[in-house]
Amino acid sequence: MSWALPLPVAVPLIAAALLVATGGVLPRRVLDAIGIAAAATAAAFAFVVLAASERHDLLHWFGGWHPHHGIALGISFTVDPLGAGMAALSSTLVLLVLVYSWTFMRRQSQTYDVLILTFGGAMAGFALTGDIFNMFVWFELMGVSAYALAGFMVEELGPLQGSINFAVTNTVGAYLTLMGIALLYARTGALNLAQIGGTLGHRPADRLVIVAFALVVTGLMVRAAIVPFHFWLADAHAASPAPVCALLSGAMVELGIFFIARVYWTVFAAPLHVHGAGVRDVMVALGVATALLGAAMCFLQRHLKRLLAYSTISQAGIMLAGLALLDPRSLAGVANLVLAHGLLKAGLFLICGVLLVELRHIDELDVHGAGRRLPVTGVLWLVGTVGLIGIPPLGVFLAQQLLDEGARTQGFGWLAAVGAVASGVCAGAMLRAGARIFLGWGADQDDLLTPEPDEDAPERDVSLRLMATIAGIAIVLGLVAALVPGLEARTKVAAERFADTSAYRAVVLHGAAHGDAAAHLPYSALRVDTAAALYGLAALAIAAATAAFGLWHRRLPSGLRRLGARVLWPPVTVVRDAHSGIVGDYLLWLSAGTVAIAAVWALTL
Amino acid sequence: MTLLAYGVAVWVFAIGIYGAIVSRNLIHLALCLTVTQSSTYILLLTIGYRHGAGAPIFDDVKLGTAAVDPVVQSLTLTDVVVSVTVIALILALALDVHRQSGSVDPDEISTLNG
Repeated sequence: MSWALPLPVAVPLIAAALLVATGGVLPRRVLDAIGIAAAATAAAFAFVVLAASERHDLLHWFGGWHPHHGIALGISFTVDPLGAGMAALSSTLVLLVLVYSWTFMRRQSQTYDVLILTFGGAMAGFALTGDIFNMFVWFELMGVSAYALAGFMVEELGPLQGSINFAVTNTVGAYLTLMGIALLYARTGALNLAQIGGTLGHRPADRLVIVAFALVVTGLMVRAAIVPFHFWLADAHAASPAPVCALLSGAMVELGIFFIARVYWTVFAAPLHVHGAGVRDVMVALGVATALLGAAMCFLQRHLKRLLAYSTISQAGIMLAGLALLDPRSLAGVANLVLAHGLLKAGLFLICGVLLVELRHIDELDVHGAGRRLPVTGVLWLVGTVGLIGIPPLGVFLAQQLLDEGARTQGFGWLAAVGAVASGVCAGAMLRAGARIFLGWGADQDDLLTPEPDEDAPERDVSLRLMATIAGIAIVLGLVAALVPGLEARTKVAAERFADTSAYRAVVLHGAAHGDAAAHLPYSALRVDTAAALYGLAALAIAAATAAFGLWHRRLPSGLRRLGARVLWPPVTVVRDAHSGIVGDYLLWLSAGTVAIAAVWALTL
Repeated sequence: MTLLAYGVAVWVFAIGIYGAIVSRNLIHLALCLTVTQSSTYILLLTIGYRHGAGAPIFDDVKLGTAAVDPVVQSLTLTDVVVSVTVIALILALALDVHRQSGSVDPDEISTLNG
């Protein structure tokens, strides 16, 4: 089976090279077909790998450089179900996006398809790799194709600014990670994750290992858009073409979270074991701050893509907090959140593309009521929003139920409430925008919200039916993914394997095989826990209240409004002004954040 | 001596970031990033350095001859290749910014915020 491991990466990369080589020769139709066929093949192989990895971990040693006597010199792809699941999710989104862009981006050059395929190949490689330097290379390849895609519309200033902010902050993040990798190599002489972990062993971590951990994790947090490294994300999303946003929000940000988990459990879990509480507290705090700040900023947006971007930041915070609990159950919750949120958010961004073509603007105040003639799009928007709330048993509900269980075992029961507030406020902002656009409710003026520059709408000669279908597929998949029988049990088993450091090491370095884990997996129906269901309903209530406030806050008694303005406006202004759009400011936050995190860990652990 | 090299790596990283933070010119900003990146070369090469050892070319030398670590050198090379792509892209974006707005000051081109 191990021969199939490189294919989700190799197929799109080879196809991208082929498209560049034959760009001037073959007709456009053939080139499009090659691109879509390659994406479909890659996605199919990713699912084959996922199915096979459920039985036991899969390994591929490039060039046949197998480990000898437990020493790994070669580069490996080491695949367990969570890694394969990330690759399958990103490959699926790449396929959907390419089909969607077939008409949406028709007027753009072929370079667009090439970049999407490279991006997809890099994301799959990032998800599958078992080598930390190889991870850095995929990280940069993923980055550079994403920067180019974000700035693809070079005729406007907004995309250029978004792309530069994205590129500069993420490049500095990559250098931080690289320095961390260098320190790990200096200590262990190894680059394979299992080998590094094995060499560090169970000795408590010293300062060098702690600083290396802080550097590697900080670089990944930049990619995962965690406060205070999140600024680039909103700028990059506000100006990128909608299908590119779908990939950035649906898969790339989550890959940052994924690798924090990967590197923690393969390398740092044993050395940092005695310091578990310190690591947990800092990352939970960052996650909670990200979730709440993202939700607040989400509410203050009127530009749909920027609104969705802040909701992604908020969800990334929930993912980080869930992962930071360092509990396999909440890790399973994070995996489910990545799946459901990735599909739903990608679908919602694709809807933004449809709206841009139909209404020429995607600012909720500018197109107030203009969406009344688009009932299908409106229903899809509503369905996507509801999926993100976590009402039992749909959308992100299963994820939040598992997160809540993990949080309660670790003594962080209040985290579920934070999750409900954050999801509720974000969903409320989306409901408000939907109600304004598709129903014409509320005022068409709102001085709470931040205006953003317009983007050029694509020509109308696109197939709106195809675009809406693709968006609908993503949204419906995201809504019902949690209902797949046995998904809960399967992700739990997968998360336990993911967190089993010694088994991972035995598989990679000594070729030990797991037992047949899949044999015991039941196809059980989704179980609904009362507490989680109540949190889901609370989030729904918060969403409804937020949306109603957003639409009709002018009708509140004037005394209450004045008091609210006096209390809330100063902090809101400060937070809003921090998102200045100037790259130097973002780098200052990045450096200060890195130093603070490294200092806290180096001094307290 | 080795400590000095580590100190230099940290210093170069810090001045590169400082330059990028205060930069009022996108070309200058890109160059600051290459300075920052150079610190990773220094760090990597220092880690693999051994006193009195030769280059890691094992042709026509006695078995057991000391050599510096070739792995960090190839990591550095990969790092150079990967980062050149990023810097080239940022420079291309800076050119487009200048074409659109006649300015390369990141403070002046800011249209997205809040």
